[in-house]
Amino acid sequence: MKVLEKLQYLPSHEWVLVEGNKAKVGISDYAQHALGDVVYISLPEVGDEVTADESFADVESVKAASEVFSPVSGTVTAVNDALDSDAGLLNQDPYENWIIEVEFTALSENLVDAAEYTKLCN
Amino acid sequence: MIDLLFELSKKGSNKFSMPELDVPEVSVSAKRGTELDLPELPEVEVMRHYTALARRVHGVEDGPYPLGSCTMKYNPKVNEMTASLEGFTGIHPLQPADTVKGCTEVLKLTHSALCAVLGMDAVSFQPAAGAHGEMTSLLVMHKYLQSIGQTQRTKIIVPDSSHGTNPASAVAAGFEVVTIPSYPNGMVDMDALKAAVGDDTAAMMLTNPNTLGIFDKQIAEMSKVVHASGGLMYYDGANLNAIMGWARPGDMGFDIVHVNLHKTFSTPHGGGGPGSGPIACKKFLQAYLPYTELDYRQGVDAEKSIGKVKAFHGNFAVIVKALTYILALGAEGLKDASGKAVLNANYLFRQIASLYGEEYRHCMHEFVVSASKAGDEYGVHALDIAKAMLDEGIHPPTIYFPLIVKEAMMFEPTETESKESIDSLAETMAKIFSVAASDPDALHAAPLNAYIGRPDEVKAAKEMKVRYN
Repeated sequence: MKVLEKLQYLPSHEWVLVEGNKAKVGISDYAQHALGDVVYISLPEVGDEVTADESFADVESVKAASEVFSPVSGTVTAVNDALDSDAGLLNQDPYENWIIEVEFTALSENLVDAAEYTKLCN
Repeated sequence: MIDLLFELSKKGSNKFSMPELDVPEVSVSAKRGTELDLPELPEVEVMRHYTALARRVHGVEDGPYPLGSCTMKYNPKVNEMTASLEGFTGIHPLQPADTVKGCTEVLKLTHSALCAVLGMDAVSFQPAAGAHGEMTSLLVMHKYLQSIGQTQRTKIIVPDSSHGTNPASAVAAGFEVVTIPSYPNGMVDMDALKAAVGDDTAAMMLTNPNTLGIFDKQIAEMSKVVHASGGLMYYDGANLNAIMGWARPGDMGFDIVHVNLHKTFSTPHGGGGPGSGPIACKKFLQAYLPYTELDYRQGVDAEKSIGKVKAFHGNFAVIVKALTYILALGAEGLKDASGKAVLNANYLFRQIASLYGEEYRHCMHEFVVSASKAGDEYGVHALDIAKAMLDEGIHPPTIYFPLIVKEAMMFEPTETESKESIDSLAETMAKIFSVAASDPDALHAAPLNAYIGRPDEVKAAKEMKVRYN
């Protein structure tokens, strides 16, 4: 299982990469493994508001449908549309294939660093 | 692949003679505007088609079927016998009520038997299956809440271990779903429940024993918390087979329930059934139940009723089968069936827990083990173990559910498996686990003997084909 040092994680297996006032959000390698082959993701739209620790997308795999929780509060500024036609990209590389980019106003209080997240997964 | 009857059809090959017409002739084609596209085949070809299909199926008559959460017990043949009696098959639902008194008696008897098992006051037989029963119950609760002016109650609380159909039905019925966490043993986190309830709570949906096969002892307190907030308690009857005759949802504080006659009461299940998912409720809700013309019970109010959710009395022949089972077993027999279902699950669990690297712990009628501890090391997953079971003539357990357990495998042997059958099932599991350790690739390649090996589930989900042309 891959955990990237530069990211922060929610215990519900989402990652966030903070750059200035923008944040890229995706799901972790652990999450894509646990989900199995991902077939669909319901994406928000640019301009939508997301709230930290609340669901912003649903991801459906051959095993289950699950909610994806936001590590930040703010406004969606970009959506990875490639996932719309091929949600399986989340299996191929869950860190390269971010889901949304958010201009954020607050970070979740539940975020942990890579070391702490690795512990949570074991 | 097996060709469909429509693909095998050859115009003019139907050589059967119809009985003489004794009613005025109506041209269906003239009314429809087009010819009916019905397949035409000689009888023998039709029989070969269905026999070929039947050979590819695994039913409980072929071998063990320990599918957790779905109670796949053996359905006694006497059920089929009673359901095919002419008095039940040769009637029409629009016949005058005084010409079908035997059928109304069946409904009355089943009504009172279900009320006795469930601790409820009224039943509707209309829902055709479990999720349909959930949906109908939610509509009943919605109508009730509306009638007492509580329209702000829009939220349904479900635990994170709930059956997927619960939140799905709630959304379909127009409610909003609030998911609350469970403790690792699957019991509901009471603090989370207390925090979740409020004057917007419509109901809580729950199954007990829960999806981990544990009886949630907090149930009386849960009902108290939800009722104190003004919400209702809904019981998902999927796990009723664990408690028949021992405990009643009505006594646990539930207001409305659905039961699956095709799980608990030995009517056919899977492959088209058809199923039957009657709902039962306490007196204060009965006026809102689906309305039926034939009055075999008092208290449904045509004005207040949510209306019809299926024609007439639902799948009537299935009700006949369930009543046959109930009468054949009697009150003591039903209690004994649940007792043995729990005993069998514990007996199997005790034998296979160590294979999974787990400690045996008491369970109800089903148990969940994780394939992660034993399998991760060899790169073997719950799916591989399940596929290997197919090669051994056993239907696999439910896998990857509940979601709160990693690599979950959920076993429910039911009361109809003998001790010898469970012993042999346990031996087979031991054999599969030894292959997992010595030759994991053999499990990755399984099944070798099934007609269909590993279907492309991604393709099936993304490119769904639901018609033949």
